[in-house]
Amino acid sequence: MSVKPLVPVLVGASIVAVSLTACSGAGGGGGTSGGGGGSGDAITVLMVNNPQMVDLQKLTADNFTAKTGIKVNFTVLPENDLRDKTSQEFSSQAGQYDVASLSNFEIPIYAKNNWVADLTDYSKKDTAFNQDDILKPMTTALSVDGKIYGEPFYGESSFLMYRTDVFKDKNLTMPPKPTWQEVADLAAKLDGAQPGMKGICLRGQPGWGQVFAPLTTVVNTFGGTWFEKDWTPKVNAPEFKEAVNFYVNLVRAHGEAGASQAGFTECLNNTMQGKTAMWYDATSAAGSLESDSSPTKGKFGYVAAPVVKTAASGWLYTWAWAIQQKSTRKDNAWKFISWASSKEYEELVGKTAGYGWSRVPAGKRASTYANADYLKAAGAFAEATKSAIESVDPNNPGVQPRPAAGIQFVDIPEFPDLGTKVSQKVSSAIAGQTTVDAALDEGQALAEAVANKYQK
Amino acid sequence: MTTATAPVGASKKGALRRSGDWARRAPLLPALILTLLVTQLPFVVTLVTSFMNWNAYYPDERGFAGLDNFKTVLSDPDARKAIIMTVVLTLSVVLIALVLGLLIALLLDRKFLGQGIVRTMMITPFLIVPVAAALLWKHALYNPEYGLFNGMLKLVFGEHAPQVDWIGQYPVLAVIFAIVWQWTPFMMLIILAGLQSRPMDVVEAARIDGASAWQIFVHMTLPHLRQYIELAALLGTIYVIQNFDHVFTITSGGLGTANLPYYIYQTFYTAHDYGLASAAGVVVVIGTQIAAMLALRTVFSIFKEQGR
Repeated sequence: MSVKPLVPVLVGASIVAVSLTACSGAGGGGGTSGGGGGSGDAITVLMVNNPQMVDLQKLTADNFTAKTGIKVNFTVLPENDLRDKTSQEFSSQAGQYDVASLSNFEIPIYAKNNWVADLTDYSKKDTAFNQDDILKPMTTALSVDGKIYGEPFYGESSFLMYRTDVFKDKNLTMPPKPTWQEVADLAAKLDGAQPGMKGICLRGQPGWGQVFAPLTTVVNTFGGTWFEKDWTPKVNAPEFKEAVNFYVNLVRAHGEAGASQAGFTECLNNTMQGKTAMWYDATSAAGSLESDSSPTKGKFGYVAAPVVKTAASGWLYTWAWAIQQKSTRKDNAWKFISWASSKEYEELVGKTAGYGWSRVPAGKRASTYANADYLKAAGAFAEATKSAIESVDPNNPGVQPRPAAGIQFVDIPEFPDLGTKVSQKVSSAIAGQTTVDAALDEGQALAEAVANKYQK
Repeated sequence: MTTATAPVGASKKGALRRSGDWARRAPLLPALILTLLVTQLPFVVTLVTSFMNWNAYYPDERGFAGLDNFKTVLSDPDARKAIIMTVVLTLSVVLIALVLGLLIALLLDRKFLGQGIVRTMMITPFLIVPVAAALLWKHALYNPEYGLFNGMLKLVFGEHAPQVDWIGQYPVLAVIFAIVWQWTPFMMLIILAGLQSRPMDVVEAARIDGASAWQIFVHMTLPHLRQYIELAALLGTIYVIQNFDHVFTITSGGLGTANLPYYIYQTFYTAHDYGLASAAGVVVVIGTQIAAMLALRTVFSIFKEQGR
């Protein structure tokens, strides 16, 4: 019997499973390191690897650094790694990064913990930046108690996209402000309008940022909410159930095939390929639908997010810049933000060869939508995007007062976990494995556990 | 361990031998220490973290939590489901991949034209990055709108062929087959190596003595392959238990397919609860140890002297 010598080998092997959790638990490292320290007039920026950020990284040295003499060291990470890194960096106030790209989910939470710097005075003094040009809901979503903690780089809301040519063929008209019931009726009539075409595409993939982005806006306008003002969870309340039943029944009856696993990418493919007649999703999707590589380019109309009991129901999401409270180079950090989020930067991207107006980080400034060059590239959806963003109220998205900000999310650290767990159950309901009522009863139990923390 | 030193004195001889031993061990030490550092230190950190209340969003509440995290893991119904899913996933993937691997290895062991090319092609799935393979299965094969499987159904049965929502209707099977596709070549490789180390003269002798092909396979080939099959199963199990890419990509942990690595990922990345995630990790290690010990002591012959 020589079993024992094997044990260390096994321990070593199975530790690989654990080191998944340990690698970041140790509190640092990270593969890409471009930041840290920096001498003289240099700042360090931590940001997500979305295309607009990569463009910014390429344009910084020749423009911002050339003009101001401030060198910018970027660390660029995928979204999940970025969230992990920023939560560690900011919670410990390590001071390694001066600026970070954060979403409107993180910024209010970070601001309440005093992890990010108050930018109100900077934005007031910097008249060239022109805070009044920033779309109002963006400023609201990035402020806590009237103080500004983040400046948007680009942003989006949600709206309903539909095929104007198919509507014409079937003699249907899209109301300018449709209700969800009207959309459901239209979806039923549009099913099979062309061979293999479905009425509507709606996300069903699990994830708080997948199915629950559109679904929470539906819940809001049906009169439901995750929590009431005093943190009473309402996940299995009649309004929440009605909204989710409506959504699940609609997508099961007239939605895309494989809905339980369809996210943004799948719906984009389906809509672009002419397999769905309507799609309710992010305003930023329109840029892809109207791009030169889209086979259905020019065939889309855009209307406001469908409603039931509220005046508007679109969501609000933005990648924004924030300065770490501990940073010792706040003045230079603001200069960078002021440049990156400026009107001039948008023009720079639009006019630089190889970039162009379709790649402008839009959705944050009113002036973008008055720019003739931008409208030439994005005219089909520019007005609808602007009015979608302007119509939302991130602090009051439903019919009842809320304990925390947020439209398609509840702005508390526990929500990503809660939303993802409930979304997995909703996804099962879309696949027909369980009922909506059973899924939401389980969701209510999870929400109660979260509420306990806040009701104390 | 006798060395060429002259017998000067007992104590001196002992000292010399010790230094001789160390001279032989020393070159190995850097590698050994590095291995210890990179494998055991993360484990120690995880172990310590698992007893802490540590959520990235609540730095002020960080502190010792006793056994709370372990209580949460063991009482969380999602964690229990994840444990069951991990067992189901690992067992079915390893068993199916072993059977397929054995069959393919038996075919590839024969001489035929283009053997080298076919063998290389059969190994290819194992060489593909797991997340890329999972994406391929999700989008190019399973997708009900533009996937290959439904496209084939239409090609064979015409426009009105049934269009299956592969992942939605059979989520667990969808994940299992995507992983089986990736791991069958691994099983095949090891078994093929075993087949080619088979002493052919004995097989020849058996054939002359009138043994049928089936008898040769059951009584000679299989016993010879036993150790290779066990090794393939053991290594396969160790890797498949840790599978994350396929669950993450194909189902996003939905439809009841979340396994333990996914559960740990979710606890770590979306809940930012480092303590709980570490506790779940420690539970996985302990569970794996127990299962591996039981398997090695009962079923497997590979590490027993009498196995030969």
